[in-house]
Order: sequence, then C-alpha cells, then structure tokens
Amino acid sequence: MFGAGGGTCSYQEIHEADVILLWGSNAREAHPIFFHHVMKGLDNGARMYAVDPRRTSSSRFADAWLGLDVGTDIALANAVGRHIIANGWHNPAFIEHSTSGFAQYAAAVEPYTLDEAERITGVPASAIADMAEAYAKADKAQILWTLGITEHHNGVNNVLALCNLALLTGHVGRWGSGLVPLRGQNNVQGGGDMGALPNKLPGFADVVDPEARARFEAVYGRPVPAEPGLHLTLMFEAMARGELRAVYCIGENPADSEADVAHTRKVLGDLDLLIVQDIFLTRTAELADVVFPASVAWAESEGTVTSSERRVQRVRAAVPAPGEARHDIDILADVANAMGADWGRPTAHDLWEELRQLSPLHRGMTWDRLDAEGGLQWPCPSEDHPGSPFLHGWLWEPDLGGRGPSPFSVVHHAGPTEELTAEFPLRLTTGRALDSYNTGVQSDGFASPIRSGDALDVNPADAARLGITDGERVLVSSPRGSVEMAVRLQPDLPAGLTFTTFHFPDEVDLNLITNDTWDPLSGTAEFKAAAIRIDRIN
Amino acid sequence: MSETPVTITVDGQPVQVPAGSTVLDACTAAGVDTPTICYAPNLTPVNVCRVCVVELEGSRTLVPSCSRRAEAGMAVQTDSERVRHSRKMVLEFLGSAVELDQAPQLDPWMARYGADPGRYGPAPATMDEPLRVQDDLYIRDYDRCVLCYKCVEACGDDAQHTFAIAVAGRGFGARIRTEFDTALPESACVYCGNCVAVCPTNALQFKTEFDLRQAANWRPEEHSVTRTVCSYCGVGCNLELHVQDERIVKVTSPSDHEVTNGHLCIKGRFGWAYVHGGADSDQT
Repeated sequence: MFGAGGGTCSYQEIHEADVILLWGSNAREAHPIFFHHVMKGLDNGARMYAVDPRRTSSSRFADAWLGLDVGTDIALANAVGRHIIANGWHNPAFIEHSTSGFAQYAAAVEPYTLDEAERITGVPASAIADMAEAYAKADKAQILWTLGITEHHNGVNNVLALCNLALLTGHVGRWGSGLVPLRGQNNVQGGGDMGALPNKLPGFADVVDPEARARFEAVYGRPVPAEPGLHLTLMFEAMARGELRAVYCIGENPADSEADVAHTRKVLGDLDLLIVQDIFLTRTAELADVVFPASVAWAESEGTVTSSERRVQRVRAAVPAPGEARHDIDILADVANAMGADWGRPTAHDLWEELRQLSPLHRGMTWDRLDAEGGLQWPCPSEDHPGSPFLHGWLWEPDLGGRGPSPFSVVHHAGPTEELTAEFPLRLTTGRALDSYNTGVQSDGFASPIRSGDALDVNPADAARLGITDGERVLVSSPRGSVEMAVRLQPDLPAGLTFTTFHFPDEVDLNLITNDTWDPLSGTAEFKAAAIRIDRIN
Repeated sequence: MSETPVTITVDGQPVQVPAGSTVLDACTAAGVDTPTICYAPNLTPVNVCRVCVVELEGSRTLVPSCSRRAEAGMAVQTDSERVRHSRKMVLEFLGSAVELDQAPQLDPWMARYGADPGRYGPAPATMDEPLRVQDDLYIRDYDRCVLCYKCVEACGDDAQHTFAIAVAGRGFGARIRTEFDTALPESACVYCGNCVAVCPTNALQFKTEFDLRQAANWRPEEHSVTRTVCSYCGVGCNLELHVQDERIVKVTSPSDHEVTNGHLCIKGRFGWAYVHGGADSDQT
C-alpha cells in the first residue's frame, strides 16, 4: 500500500503512544522484549485495546479486550472506520492531501454499523465505539499485528483493513504513530529485504521492471529472469502437479510446519531431487536425497539480520561449527562453482558490499557502521544518513515527496473458509507459547521448567458438554485428518473456540489437521481457522 | 532534551552534565569511581545499599548519588572522612552477613575503604537458607543475597512486569520470595532470567555457571564475549555470548542496547543449548 514492506515505527516510539491497538498479536509471549516497550508506553499512560479471539496474556495488560470471532477482523475494522467517519473524527486535511479513494471507502464501510459488526464479530457495539473514538482522537496511535491478522485466507485484506484506519486518521508517517507488523522470525524482514521474494530483487526492486533488472544485470554479469517466481504455496502446488521436480530447501522445515502437512510430506517425497541445508536432521531433511549440514547462522557464522523495526544488525561467530557443518554462504558458493559458475569464495562482508551497490535502502550502511553503531534502520541511502526510525514521512510533505497519494482499499468481510458444521462444530486456532518456537528444532534444545507440551485448550462448558475432563487424551479431527492429544481446560477461552500451540510435532502432529486454504495474495495458509471435532478415545 | 546542562562541583572540580543527570553521573563524568551495588543503569534507583553516598554541601545527611538529581550549584565531596567511613561501614556490614566471594567487583572498594568484615567474626552470619536448585536454568543462593532489590525491580515494573518475586518479611527475616515461597516452576516466574542478569553477588546464578563452579571449572577470565542477534522471533535482541572452551556458558544483553536495555526472554537467555546439541549434552 505504501510501497515498502516494513513496519513503519521504531520500538522506541511506542513509549510515547497514546493509544495502542494490539490486533491479532500475543506479543507478551511471542515478542516478549518488544512487549517491554509496550509496557513503557502503558506505564506512560497509553490506552491499549487487545483485539484477539483469545483472552491472551497480552490482553491482560490492555484497557479492553475485544474478543472477536476468528476471521471477523475486517468487519470489526470496517465498523471502526465507519464509526469514525459517522462522528466526524477522521482527518479530512490528511485524507485530502495524502490519500485517494476515500469516497469509495466510506461507501464500502457504510453497511458495517456497530450493531452489524457486533452481530458478525461478537464484540459489543459499545466496545467497538470506544476503541474507534480512542484511536481516532489520539495524538499518537499505533496498530500492531502479527499472524492473527495474516494467517487467514484473506490475510492481505485484513492488513489493508487496518491500513485504512491509519489513512483515515493520519496515524502513519509521524513519530509515534504507525502500522507495525511484528516479524515472527529473526530475519524474515531481512529475507524479504534481500530479495527472497518471488517478485522482488534486493531492496524491493521489482523483477518485472526492466530498468531495475538492468541495474542488477550490470553487477551480476548475467541476465535476471523477467518473470516473478513462485512463492512457497505455489511451489507446493507445482510439486503436486509434477511440474516442479527439484527443490533446494535451506533452513526451513516444511515437513512439520506446513498446514495439511500429510500432503506436504507426500509431495516432498515424490520429488526427483530434494536437497536440504539445515543445522539438524529435521523431518524435512530425513526426506532429502542430499543433506548439507549448515553452521548456526547467529553463533557460528558472520552476517546480518534485520528486525521488525528494519534494523540491520550483525551476527557473529562465537563458537566453531561442529563436524562438517559449514557456513550457508560457503555451501552455496561451492554448489554454484560446481555447476560451472565462478563465484569464488565470497564472505558475508563481500556480499554486503554487493548489496549496498544495488539497494539504495542499504547504501549508507557500511560494514564498519553496522559494527560501530550497533545496527541501522533502512532506508539509509548514504554514509552520512543516520537511518530512518519511521517510514512514510512523505505523506506529510507538501509535494508527497514526489509520490502519488496513498490509496484506501475497499475490503469486505469474508469469514473463515471452513465453516463450522454439525460434523466439525468447534473452531481451532493456533499460536505460540512463550518458551517454545515453531516446530521445536531450536527450542527443544533447552529444558524449560514451564513447558507443558501441545495441549488442546477447551472452554470448560464445551468440555462438560462433551464429557471430557482436564488432561484427558482425545482424538481431534478436521476434514483433513486426526491427531491424538491432551485437553487442557481454559476458562479464558470463549465457548466454541479451541486453541493449541504447534511446537512438538513428534508428539502431536498438529499440522495434519490445520487448514491449508491460502491467501492468493500472500500465499499464507489459514492456520488460524480450522473446523474440528473432539472425540473421546475410549 | 534541549534543557540547559547543569554544572556541579565534585571534589572541588566543576563538571557539566546534561539536565536530568544524577550526582552519580556527574561523579563518573568527573572521573571519580563510585562504588555501587543496588544501582544499575537499566533499573530505577531504589537507594537501599547506601554504598554510593556522597557528602552534599548544605545537606545534614549523606545522599545516595545514584538517585539524587544533579542541580546547578551543588557541591559534593566523594572522598571526605565522613564518606569514606560510611562506605567502609556499609561494605563491612554487608560482608559480615553475606557471602561475597563471588562478587569480585567489590574487592577494590573493600580495599580502598579498609573494610574488614572479619572484625565481626570469622565467617559471615548469613541468612542460612538452603540452596535452591529447582530447575535447569538458574539457582538461588540466599547466603549471597544482599537484598539490593535489583531482581525485584527487573521482574517488576522496571522491565518484565511479571512480579513473581518481592521482599517478604522484615528486618533479619527479610527475604526475596516467590508468592508463598512456592517453588519457582510453580510460581509466576517466566524464566526470562532478567533477575539473574542484574544480581550483583551471584545469589541468582545461571545453572551452567553453577555447575561449572561445582566442578571447579568456571574460568571467567578466559571467556570470550561475542555480540550477536538472537535467533528467535523478529525483535532483534542483541546477545552477548560468553564462551569458555568453545562452548556458550552464559548469555547476557548489553544494558545500553536500545532494543533490549539489557533484558531478554527465556528463549534468548536460555534457548541457545541447541547450538551444542541440546539440553541432554554434557555442559561441563
């Protein structure tokens, strides 16, 4: 929407925020040190609204918890927008100067009255009205989100619905106000920045832009493909169709992490060639024809990673890699050289210098500056540029920095693809626990005293109706399969909703039942909304 | 931020510091080393240890430099007989009741002020509490606790906002406790280890360090410390990896890093074990 893929604020800015909407994020557990910054904001008097189907540990710090039904975020956001417009709390000067498409947006959100939103979302109309008023009238306000927004069949539209609210009120492009997607992995931001996206080159240059390609071809000394590649989900579809026959998988464990994982394992197993490069023999690596043992990127290798606030920071080798494990860059270079290219043996520093040549966002970040200044935030176009704490200040410049106005997006409510039925009457949503991480490849390595394994959280009323008790092992089934797991009674969870983490696939192969419907705009699967049934085992 | 800097006199020497600075900041700016125990740059001062006191002209009592704001025209003495005597007594009394042999940063101050805890008996009269080893991440040794409150502050509203521990009891019975003195794994503790990181006397100690000390194999003078970035989530917390014999033995974060302010979560603090093959591998 604004032309660059990154959170618009620095963590420091939330210390001064007046209103915080924490929407689809349990940052207290998933981003604990960011939550320290949130707490500084709250201690300084910010009001926080937690929008989440679950009454999370984060929401306990909020002034209000808006417990919406899974997958009704757009209805809620549109109602917030409508209520702001209806009361004249929007920012007409900003809208006129910096945005386009307001009239269409206003017309599109008109059906989303408070009462209608309450009907769809289950959130009381008064709470929606209160949040809308607080957000609109705040001097500085931020919307933070995580996978509760993006892991839906319409995740991109969910994001756009939140961006609309910032455009409506001018809460973007200024110190303290903005839109903050919290990144789930230590270099997911950096991966995108470096062009690990099917349609982008490093620095977000478009693959389809001939001028951009020419810049890269001049440095690379060879043609750059003019067509966007496939994102992960399309790759799996191409594998299933037999069109993609060889895969080189680096630092990813899709045989445990993908939704509807039985399907994933089958297509990986059917490949002509699967190469896996990882630090452990993961389940994906067990399926591979060739495994390259890699060193641990942050403790055994040199390089950089980029955080949720666009801060590029150095990782450094502290210990030697074990056995035959080698730096990812060395393995890749050797593979390229073996195929006849002449890459030599570049270091992380060499590659960084190449990147600086090609990406204006990173041009001012010398290796020495990254060392001396402890990290720099992009854009940092020149060596005397201090880096950019927040993005999109151009929205407030008289000439919009030479850009066009930022468009509102018309998006409409479309609930989860898998509706609840008599056969599968309960909603399952998934998320992280504080002390564990994804498929456990890393976090299984330490003995956490507060770890309890993957259990299905169930509201006590649902459990009573089903005749199941706390700790009982049950069969949990979705249209895709079944897993056996323990039940944990959770009074804070609304009736009809169930929740589990997904950190112990060897014990609970949870992704056998998650929903692999995916957002055509992002390729992200609807991990947050499956329909399930619980059956007693005996 | 744009406020006028403040000039105060430290031991007769004028020193200019930014508005909002403390007397301790001014002493440091003047090149004067000040002993501190309960002070940390990333915590709110609680003024309990009294070892940083200075003599402030016009003040009846000595003032704690860590919390007293520098005001224009102040004149402080950091090495007067009264200050030296007070610091000596504080260090001596602490040493008479607490095991300080794992707090080597106190040794130079003990020497400077001639503090001799041995005057009160051959061994410190400690709290005499059992060592608490309740999990694989950190231990609690109450005989080393000086009740400086740093752990309470880090667990509470200075950082973590978990409030798993507080000072319970009064006088000689005062202890840092979980609620109802319940075992840590059953308490509200979330094992961020931020209390351990700020403990000045090793009363709170990472289990890796404890085990290595038990094996007489803790050699901090040989440690290399490498700064890198945590491998979990996307916040970008800086880690300092303390390495002995090519193995990570401790993880901290720089207190001046603007992302962490020295604080980490359980994954950043303890989640590194997989680098060496996991929790079951030999740590010593």
